[in-house]
Amino acid sequence: MTTTPTPAPVIRIEHASKAFDLPEGGRFDAVRDISLDILPGEIFGLVGRSGAGKSTLLRMMNLLEKPDSGSITVSGQELTTLSPRALREARRRIGMIYQHFNLLANATVFENVAFPLRIHGAMNAPRLKARVAECLELVGLVDKAGSYPSRLSGGQKQRVAIARALANYPTVLLCDEPTSALDPDTTRSVLDTLRDINARLGVTVVIVSHELQALGSLCARAAVVEDGSIAELFDLLDHSAPRTTSLGRELLYYSAETRPGALHA
Amino acid sequence: MLEKLLLVAPELWRAFGETLLMLGIGLSAAVLLGGPLGVALFLSGSGEPGRGRSIGQALGWLVNTMRSFPFIILMVALVPLTRIVAGTSIGPLAASVPLSIAAIPYFARLVEQQLHEVPRGVIEAAEAMGATRLQIVTRVLLLEARSGLVLALTVLAISFLSYSAVAGVVGGGGIGDLAIRYGYYRFETDVMVITVAILVAMVQLIQFGGGRIARRLDKR
Repeated sequence: MTTTPTPAPVIRIEHASKAFDLPEGGRFDAVRDISLDILPGEIFGLVGRSGAGKSTLLRMMNLLEKPDSGSITVSGQELTTLSPRALREARRRIGMIYQHFNLLANATVFENVAFPLRIHGAMNAPRLKARVAECLELVGLVDKAGSYPSRLSGGQKQRVAIARALANYPTVLLCDEPTSALDPDTTRSVLDTLRDINARLGVTVVIVSHELQALGSLCARAAVVEDGSIAELFDLLDHSAPRTTSLGRELLYYSAETRPGALHA
Repeated sequence: MLEKLLLVAPELWRAFGETLLMLGIGLSAAVLLGGPLGVALFLSGSGEPGRGRSIGQALGWLVNTMRSFPFIILMVALVPLTRIVAGTSIGPLAASVPLSIAAIPYFARLVEQQLHEVPRGVIEAAEAMGATRLQIVTRVLLLEARSGLVLALTVLAISFLSYSAVAGVVGGGGIGDLAIRYGYYRFETDVMVITVAILVAMVQLIQFGGGRIARRLDKR
């Protein structure tokens, strides 16, 4: 980990807040005045109990959730000020994967991965075909191009979703509980795929999960979200720093367990 | 019975053609106008992507109003419109006008209902990839709901097969009209039996065909 002192952040969140109206009346503050910088090329984890606001925070990074106040800047573009058209264009470079994959059930694997390319219409047919093949190669599913998602296992579905998210050469990949619907073995292989993509393509990965073990082995930095605020933010490899939250301490444990060398470094 | 069948065969054949014509026009209107209306209802409905909640409420009110008319009353009420559109108020072409008007809001509601079956997350994923509203409709909603939409059209076709019989009351023609005129008014039971048998066969065929197509389109 040799990073330059202050690289420009690829995602910058400044004083973002978001509240939801509750069905039974009243407001729920999902995110309260959070500021956060995510650096280019890193794998950043967001942990927290359910309802802590971590997913809302992640979904702000491509403006699926529009903050009530504050600003979101990705790759130098302030998303919160963009026109709908410019926002669509900006979202091209922000890939996202989900707990339940969200693939088109009535489209083949090929068509699913081609979807983001087709909606932006930037590629002719041979280039599009080549790009889809490239992305499927990256996740090891070239032979499934003609299959429908219902024929795939959970892990394969998530890898199709990763290929789809990568098709438009994103700078950022947002992962919303990507392994929560998967069994432990598949979880490991999907995490390996994410790690591999981060290393090979330099895509910045932001991952929300409540699986501390997964995050401990994957992330360089992580933030603990509690009650809509960042309770703690730390470098996972820096085991000397004190951890103030219980989730932070647990994460330290898993990080040390999966990377034993780091503890004594 | 066979003798009778031969006797009414030409009339039966004509009536069959008239029924197909009424169904064809009514269903085309339903798909071409009711389909987009259903999409509009869905998009403007609560919780779905889109603004124009008040437009949606106005559309919903219009659709409900049209659907609350008993078909026979709608048909009579629409006679002036029918004269303008079809040039006459009797015959299958004329009957197609109120049939279409009734089919459009009916199908719109069925479409809206089917689109609600598309998982929210899939729509959201398309949004997150930068899809436009139109792209979400054509490339996500219609694709994912396609087998349900075929089944909705099947339901509509069968409902309107019996609606078209009501059109006989105002001289609409068609098989149902034949059943009423010969079988009911003239107590010719065998004609009634034949016409009902034809209607039963048509319903079975429509349901079978629709179900089959829907299954083939469904890759979920």
